[in-house]
Amino acid sequence: MSKRRPYVRPMAGWWRKNPFFIEYMIHEGTALFVAAYALVLLAGLVCLALGEAAWNGWLGAMKHPLVILFHLVTLAMIAYHSWTWFKIMPKTMPPVVIGGKRLSAAMITGGGLAAVALASLLALGLFWGMTR
Amino acid sequence: MNRPLKRSNAPIFWGLFGAGGMLSALLGPVLVLITGLAVPMGLLFGADAMSYANMLAFAQHWLGKAFLFAIVSLFLWHAGHRIFHSLHDVGIHAGPGAKAVCYGGALLGTVIAALSLLSMGF
Amino acid sequence: MAEKTITIKVLRYNPEQDQAPVFQAYQVPFSDDMSVLQALLFIKDELDETLSFRWSCRMAICGSCGMMINGNPKLSCKTFLRDIYPETVRVEALNHFPIERDLVVVMDDFIDKLERIQPYIIPAAPRSLAQGEYLQTPAQLEKYEQFSSCINCLLCYAACPQYGLNPEFIGPGALALLHRYNADSRDGASAQRMELVAAEEGVFNCTAVGYCSEVCPKHVDPANAVNQNKTTAAGNYFMSFLKPRGTSK
Ligand code: SF4
Ligand code: FES
Repeated sequence: MSKRRPYVRPMAGWWRKNPFFIEYMIHEGTALFVAAYALVLLAGLVCLALGEAAWNGWLGAMKHPLVILFHLVTLAMIAYHSWTWFKIMPKTMPPVVIGGKRLSAAMITGGGLAAVALASLLALGLFWGMTR
Repeated sequence: MNRPLKRSNAPIFWGLFGAGGMLSALLGPVLVLITGLAVPMGLLFGADAMSYANMLAFAQHWLGKAFLFAIVSLFLWHAGHRIFHSLHDVGIHAGPGAKAVCYGGALLGTVIAALSLLSMGF
Repeated sequence: MAEKTITIKVLRYNPEQDQAPVFQAYQVPFSDDMSVLQALLFIKDELDETLSFRWSCRMAICGSCGMMINGNPKLSCKTFLRDIYPETVRVEALNHFPIERDLVVVMDDFIDKLERIQPYIIPAAPRSLAQGEYLQTPAQLEKYEQFSSCINCLLCYAACPQYGLNPEFIGPGALALLHRYNADSRDGASAQRMELVAAEEGVFNCTAVGYCSEVCPKHVDPANAVNQNKTTAAGNYFMSFLKPRGTSK
């Protein structure tokens, strides 16, 4: 009879055992904030559809200190999502070859972050232009 | 020894996850800044920047409609897919239940967003 | 300098005696140029001949000496005591694989997967001897060269929580090798391999953790290979709705 008895180690708590995995779980966790923010916007859309009184109710709720605090934390978490999204990009994207040379990881991440800055300025400008 | 291969239908959800991830990476922070902080606190923009008239006009324009729909639904699909995988990561079986909650939630949000936007007219 | 020593804690498992693995500590003479593998060899030669582990080349090319060193997947021949001293060195069998005995893991699952990816060139149109060799430009070589450096050390599997959670997943190393053949201009079998890439055990198990690429001793970047194939598989998936039934792969 075979004396083999391979031992399979449990996976429970795997993500707590390595700083790399802890970071992974945090950036995956940003999804909770993306979802929460989308729900806030969705509530806004519904209120807007319901009419002026409902909309003003939503606007008022947005001024509640706890809601402001929530948005502060959400801003930090979604900004962290932006940073990690473009940090992994070099690993998730097909290689880009320009002039016979492969675009470096730093260029890809940097380009992505530059795009965030540009899109943000554009959005601020457009919103300012539309609401004045 | 090898079971017959079954094609994964993940590309649909992965595609929506990617699109929403890109959109929220590019525009998420600035949108939270505008709608969640600057406007409610009366900073940077006028006090009635998000007045009913302003926002209704925005939501009635086809471009504004498309923008709002893309933001809300793709953010939800991105988050739903990521949360679905995170549940699996922490050992919650990624079965039909988890799928129904994550993707079903995103679908429900998408439908509500579409109905609200359509009801406001063009 | 023989008086300097370092503590090596090894996760021991003897299937004939132990219910579960336990750590055992050894004191090993420390010198600046010693690798963890040399420390294990010292233990086997001088202290405890029952210790089991795999090794061969001692120069980071055979891929047989992978183990968890202080919690990270490493080649033990390429990891030096001087970078850990005076801390204790904690050595365990590679994560996510069943332990056969001590530091030796059961790798049948990986060997099986290696077979399934068809890791050899399958030419679209085989050339006869008279037609001569398959020519390839440096630019065509560049497309797959990085992915051909894999030494099957399995460090990326020990770094991949998705493989740990679901061993059905083909996993980083084998998929990187699959990509190496797909990306070779002499090969014409990507459509055949697509079935596995796009299957439920294929690339979509990956959540882009990225640790596999961090630990790879040969800079293969398996995460990139896997994620490039997600894009291809998704494209193929949506195209398959456009093509008439039966012709899609
Ligand atoms: S891809 Fe790298 S880490 Fe994975 S088996 Fe090959 S050489 Fe080892
Ligand atoms: S002994 Fe060959 S890779 Fe370490």
